[in-house]
Order: sequence, then C-alpha cells, then structure tokens
Amino acid sequence: MIIDYDVLVLGAGLAGMRAALEAKRRGASVGVLSKVHPLRSHSGAAEGGINAALDPGDSWEIHAFDTIKGSDYLADQDAVEIMCREAPRDLIEMEHMGVVFFRGPDGKLGTRAFGGASKARTYFVADITGQALLNALYDTILKEGVKTHDEWFATALYVPDGTCRGAVAIDMLRGELHLLRAKAVILAAGGMGRVYEPSTNALICTGDGHALAYRAGAPLMDMEMVQYHPTTLKGTGFLMTEGARGEGAYLTNKDGERFMQRYAPKMMELASRDVVSRSETIELAEGRGVDGCVYLDLRHLGAELIHKKLPQIHEIALNFLGLDMVEVPIPIRPGMHYIMGGVKTDSDGATPLAGLYAAGECACVSVHGGNRLGANSLLDTLVFGRRAGAHSADYVKSVKPLESGEEFLKSEQQRIQALLDRPYKGETHARLRLELGTLMDDKVGVYRDEAGLQDALAKVRAIQARAQSVSVQDKGRIYNQALLFALELDYMIDCAEATIMSAIERKESRGAQARSDYPKRDDANWLKHILVTQTPGADPKISYQPVTITKWQPMERTY
Amino acid sequence: MHVKMVVGRYAPDRKLDGELGAPYPPPYADKPRKTYQTFEIDLHDEAMVLDGLIHIREHVDDSLVVRCSCRCAICGSCAMWVNGHAKLACTTKMKDVIENGTVRVEAPPAMMPIRDLVWDMGPFMEKMRSVKPWLEGKPVSPDEEYRVPNEAMDELVQEVSCISCGACLMDCESYAVNEKFLGPHALARAYRYANDPRDSMQQERLKEYSDPNGVWDCTHCYECVHVCPKGVAPLEQILKIRQMSVAAGYTNNAGTRHALAFAESVRDSGRLNELTLMPKSLGLFNIKAQLQSLPSAFNLLRAGKLPPIIHHKIPGVTRVKAIFKKVGGPLT
Repeated sequence: MIIDYDVLVLGAGLAGMRAALEAKRRGASVGVLSKVHPLRSHSGAAEGGINAALDPGDSWEIHAFDTIKGSDYLADQDAVEIMCREAPRDLIEMEHMGVVFFRGPDGKLGTRAFGGASKARTYFVADITGQALLNALYDTILKEGVKTHDEWFATALYVPDGTCRGAVAIDMLRGELHLLRAKAVILAAGGMGRVYEPSTNALICTGDGHALAYRAGAPLMDMEMVQYHPTTLKGTGFLMTEGARGEGAYLTNKDGERFMQRYAPKMMELASRDVVSRSETIELAEGRGVDGCVYLDLRHLGAELIHKKLPQIHEIALNFLGLDMVEVPIPIRPGMHYIMGGVKTDSDGATPLAGLYAAGECACVSVHGGNRLGANSLLDTLVFGRRAGAHSADYVKSVKPLESGEEFLKSEQQRIQALLDRPYKGETHARLRLELGTLMDDKVGVYRDEAGLQDALAKVRAIQARAQSVSVQDKGRIYNQALLFALELDYMIDCAEATIMSAIERKESRGAQARSDYPKRDDANWLKHILVTQTPGADPKISYQPVTITKWQPMERTY
Repeated sequence: MHVKMVVGRYAPDRKLDGELGAPYPPPYADKPRKTYQTFEIDLHDEAMVLDGLIHIREHVDDSLVVRCSCRCAICGSCAMWVNGHAKLACTTKMKDVIENGTVRVEAPPAMMPIRDLVWDMGPFMEKMRSVKPWLEGKPVSPDEEYRVPNEAMDELVQEVSCISCGACLMDCESYAVNEKFLGPHALARAYRYANDPRDSMQQERLKEYSDPNGVWDCTHCYECVHVCPKGVAPLEQILKIRQMSVAAGYTNNAGTRHALAFAESVRDSGRLNELTLMPKSLGLFNIKAQLQSLPSAFNLLRAGKLPPIIHHKIPGVTRVKAIFKKVGGPLT
C-alpha cells in the first residue's frame, strides 16, 4: 500500500507529537508513525523536569549561559539562544494543555533546583514530568485528530533524486510493508541508549532515527558526546532522577563522605552531569566505592518529601533492590543515559538532506554540545519539535506530489524477505546486542583512550560483519518481533560506528568526551563539531563545522 | 531459581505445537483458545516475570512475542495475565507468583489476542478517547499559567501516574459482562479532567459520565484498585465523579436512584428492601425496563432467592435514623 501525507513524522514521543501538532495546525496533512503506541514512548521516562527561565529573578540569558557552560562550549550559541528565549512560551503552552505542574504558594508554577543551573528553573510534576507531558500532548493530539500509525516500524527513508520523500515501514500488527510518501519527513525517533549495556534507556531506544538518516546520507554530528547519568540504580541501571539531588540528596562514598566537595566545591552534587559522573568514576577507581557503586543518600529529606515529590524512584528502588530510600542510602553508579549527538539540523530542524527534518534526541541542533544539562532535553523536544513542525508545513507548500515509489517499496520488501530467509548459522541478535552494549560501556564510556577506541572500532566492525548472518527463526508475519530486533541491531551498529569514529577523531577532553590520553580541553584545535557521513562503498567520511559563538567566549569550566 | 513457565501462545496465521488450552469460562467462552507451551528456565532469585519471558525470547525461542520497553513500570507495555490475574510482568517478582515451581502467563481473555502475549489495545484506547480526555481550558492569557492551588494539582497526580497498561480493564468485572462499560482507566482519566480547576466543561462532563455505561455501571468489586501497578485506584476516582455529579444535580439516572433507594431503605427499615430496590432504581414509571427485568425475577424465584414479600424493620431502627441525622445530607 502507498499512503500520502504532506508531513510524515517518524516517532511519537514529545518531539514527534509536538511537531505533528504544529504541522497540522498550519494546514499540512500529517501522519505520525511510531514503533510502539505513543504513550509507550521513552519521553515518558523523563523524571525530573523541564527548564525555562520564567521567574522574574531569572532570565533567558542566564539559562543560555548555564546551558553553554554545561555544554563545555560546544553548543551552537545561536540555537541555545532560541531554545532559552522560547522556553517560557512552550512551558506555558504545555501548562495550558493540562500538565499538572507543581505550584508555589501563590498558585503560580513552582520550581526545583537541577544540576548545572545557577537558578532553580526546573518545572516538574513529582518525578513523572515526562509522563505528565506525554499524556497531555497525547490527549491534545487526540483532541485535534492527528493521525497516528501505532506499532509501525520504519525500515528505510525514501530518497529519490537527493530529496527525502517518505519512508517504508512495517505494520507490525499485520506484518505488511507500506510506503508512506510525503513532501517532508521529520525524524523524531529518540535516542540510542541500547547501544550501551547497561543504559537508563528503554529497550526501544535503538537509534532508529540516527541510522535512517545516516544511511540516507545525512551527517551525524557530536556523536562522541554520550552522557553518563551520575545516578543509575545498581544492577538494572534504572534512572534515579537528578531531581533527587535537586531536592537536596547527597552523594556519598563508602566512608560516608560527600565526595563532591573535592571535585565541585561550589555546586557539590549539582555540578553538571559529566563532572559528577567522572567524579564518581574516580571514587570507584580509587577504591572508595562498594561493589562498583557509590551512594545516593536521601534520608535527611524525610519520608513526606520523598513520597510526595519522588514517588517513582522510591518505588523503583524498592521493587528492584528491596531498599527503602527513606531508611537507607541507595547504591548507584554512572550509566549511559543520553546522546547529545544526532542528525545535524539547523534551528528549524532542517537537515542538510532536502526534505528531511529531525527533532528531539535524534537531532543535533546543537544545543547540548558536549554535555546536556538535566531538564533541558524535554525543553529541546518541545521547542525544536514545534519549530520543525512549523518549518516543514511551510516547506511542503512548494513541493509537488510524487507518483513514484512502487519500486522502492518492492526493493525493501525483497531486502526484508532475504533477511527472513537467511539460514540459521548460530548468530542471534540477542547475543550481538549484548556484545555490542558491553563493549561500548567498557571502551567508549566515561573515560576513553586511543587504544581502547581503536579496539572498539575493530570489534564493532567485526560485529557488523557477523550481523550479516543473524537469522530470524520466527517465520510468522503477524507481530514478528525477532525481525524487528534484527533490523534494530543494524541501526545500533551504525550508531556505535559513528560514535567511536567521532571519539577517535576528537583528540581532547571536552564535556562527555574524557580522553585519558588527551586530558585537557584544546580550544585552539577542537572548538568545532565533528560530523560523520556514510559514503557508499567506503569508510564513513569525517568533516568539521565551526561552533557558533554569539556572546559567550569559552572560559575555564568549574563548578 | 528453576522455573517452569507455561506460556499461552497465539498465532492466527499458523498452527503451534503444544497443548491447546481449555476454553475460558463465560463470558469469555467464545474467545480464541491458546496453545500452552512450557519452558523450563533458570533465573536469578530476584528475577521478575518479564525477565523470564525475555530470557525465553533471547535464548530459547525468538518467536515468543511480548511487548515491553522500560522494564520498570513506566511505559505500561507488559500488562498480562499471570496465574489468571492482571499483572505488570516487569514488576512482578517470579518468587512471589511461583506455585509448585510453575508460573502461567497469557494474554487476558478480556482482550483479543494478536500474537502470544500481545493483545489488541484498540478498545482500551478507544474508551479513553471517548471520555474526551483533554483540557477544554477556561480563558487565560497565552503568556501566563493558570493560577491554581498546588493541592488541586496534587489531587490529579494520582491519575496522571496512570501508565495506560490496561491491567484494570482486563480484570474489570463490569467490563466482563458489558463491553460498552467505559472501564476503570477511562473513568479515572475522566475524573482527572472533570476535577481540573482549569477545565471549562465540568458540567457537560459530569452529565456525560453519568450516562449508561459510565460511572454508575461500576460494581465496586475493587479489582482495579487491587491490580493497578501505579496506585491510581480507579474506583476511588469513579466514586469521586459520582459524588460530584450528584452534587451537580445529575440524578435522573438508574445509578443515582439505586443509591438513593438503597440509602432510603436502610434509613427507614435498617436493612435493604430488595423487592423495591429494582423498581425504584429503574424508575417507578419505567414500565418497559420493569418488564424486561421479569425474567431475572422468575429465575430468582425458581432458585429460591427471591427476597421475602413482607419486608421487616430491624429492631432499634430509630438508632439507624439517628445515624443518618448525625451524618446529615439530603436523606435526613
């Protein structure tokens, strides 16, 4: 089947739904595709809150400076300015959609403190802010009648003559392949957390958007910038929100010492995430951890605050470790959480590939640069989702409808059939996923060096070769998950390759890229973005782009 | 821990090996029968039911299909029947549900299976959509937030914690006998908007939710409260809508009349007069509905379950009246 839209949105988390809403409001016909039901999107797992300089004592300039400092000066300052200026309007808009934000005594929106921020500007709903936003936005797309294709999985972008004109996708419930033809495509497919094991990310975060664009020839930018969250639960690696530290929780080592006083005496536990994760890694390496973990201590916050403002993480720690954070400190470690890098876009979400837009975690505007501040990701999804929706709705007005595509759909059908027909040779997607994930966590984690990265690249190339013989034993059509996982594995490997190549290229330490062989930031040589572009029949190509500096010159970064 | 996982499999496009399950008891007798396959696996002692399923999918049989994503009760994907009750597989500890070394998992019979543990979310989501779950906001400046007390927002957070997993609907007693019943999740969401001080449609909502298949069709069995993995307690939200809609004067419905007839009977005689309860609930002049209830009455009569024709007061009924007086309200 071939379905036509003006704007096709791939992904139905916050960025995707916000983009779809905006494009529809501007008169475009819009289809949203999601590999899960929109309410299952990983945006819903964001816990702590969303940043905006709304308070009269705050300003967008201070928010922008915090963001740029947090990024270790790799963020493009023009884009950061846009995000921070427009943050209040997007926040207010979500409040008007019904988000039940926490209020101060005067009935106005109230805040909590968050990492790397010099003012308390994080607006929140207990520790389920992402879910509250996701629900409200979903309710709004129901109200406004946005068409969604739930449990459809995109296998390739359709790019005839150098312009993106749609995507081929599997309808999982029926096991059929369709071409969704469009005048513009917005990638809003989220992160690539599962490239790492463990990760705070859900199982669906497999870098689909990154890989679809990469294969279509669009460049990926800042891919070496992988955020490790300082507080992920021992064992399972589930997220313990930064909101806990925002509310006043301590980080302690095995001696009960608040070790952050030695690394960030001013901001302590609320230094930016890369700084806290590195501090923890040093504590562990120097033997001041217990069983590979340090502690998140909330006891002094009291039962009432924990139950009211942090109920979800309280429940998760209780469920998975049997520990009640009201009574005992919770063992945590740094864990992969977010990819700052993504498909390169301008501040309207447009990528260098005509007709292709990206927004949210799979995009790189770049507002997060080397390290994203907590509670800036929800903001990013809304501001740049809206902008991509608006710009694409204008763009499609001058694009003519298309008749072609049958052959591309056929070629995708053949490719998928060939995958299904592969004989079993012992290689499974599950084993390769685990190998890939542990390799990435081991060699491309908080600290990196040349030897480890080169080793990782060689191993990923080997995994890439082995993935060509992964077979799918499930031969059914209806909801063939094994097929989905095999396709996702290929996406994840693409993401891993781009990340490692970028990390090898950047011979300095900046933000989340901490090279033990190049421990200093080197503005003279590396104050620039690294882009990776896939080239047919050759190794991916590396290129550079200057960082846009408006008014904040790089300074030494201390917290 | 060694576990025998008995998994209800379903694949509409081919035949599966294994033992064909017995038909479900009514009202699910016409639902597709599943094929039960047993997998013997070893897991760590603290493993969740979902860990077992993922283990099978990754290491034993890649054709086992189960929706899951977050693995920690945030995404709401993995609600299913575990030993015949609705559970979220990701937060259900294997050791808590294992019986004689065995755990049985399957798609719930209340939902149409699509494939293995994947069931059709369509009716569930459609019910939610039908309560108009969105804010019809009161006028407000586009540049400013609504000014509302934090307590009013806090009151709604309980419902906002709902992850739309479907556990409540799959074990709902009313839904089992009436598929048009809006269900616990949709009515909980209905409350979340009906009691939002920023919403301008409260009256219309209360009226609509009091209609047949709405709040009065709940039988207070508490299953939804019991199975909800997030503490949403849908029944509590349903009862709040009832109170709000009665207070708003939406009383011309069987539910309100039933509640009033119930209370009046207790006030006047100290016990329930079942003989007058039905006519009063249906409406004394609603001849058609009264006639429609006759077959049930005959069945009751045949089974010897018809209440006594002459209704007696309990001794000391004046003390019951005193209680009503003390409580106050429309029945004093």
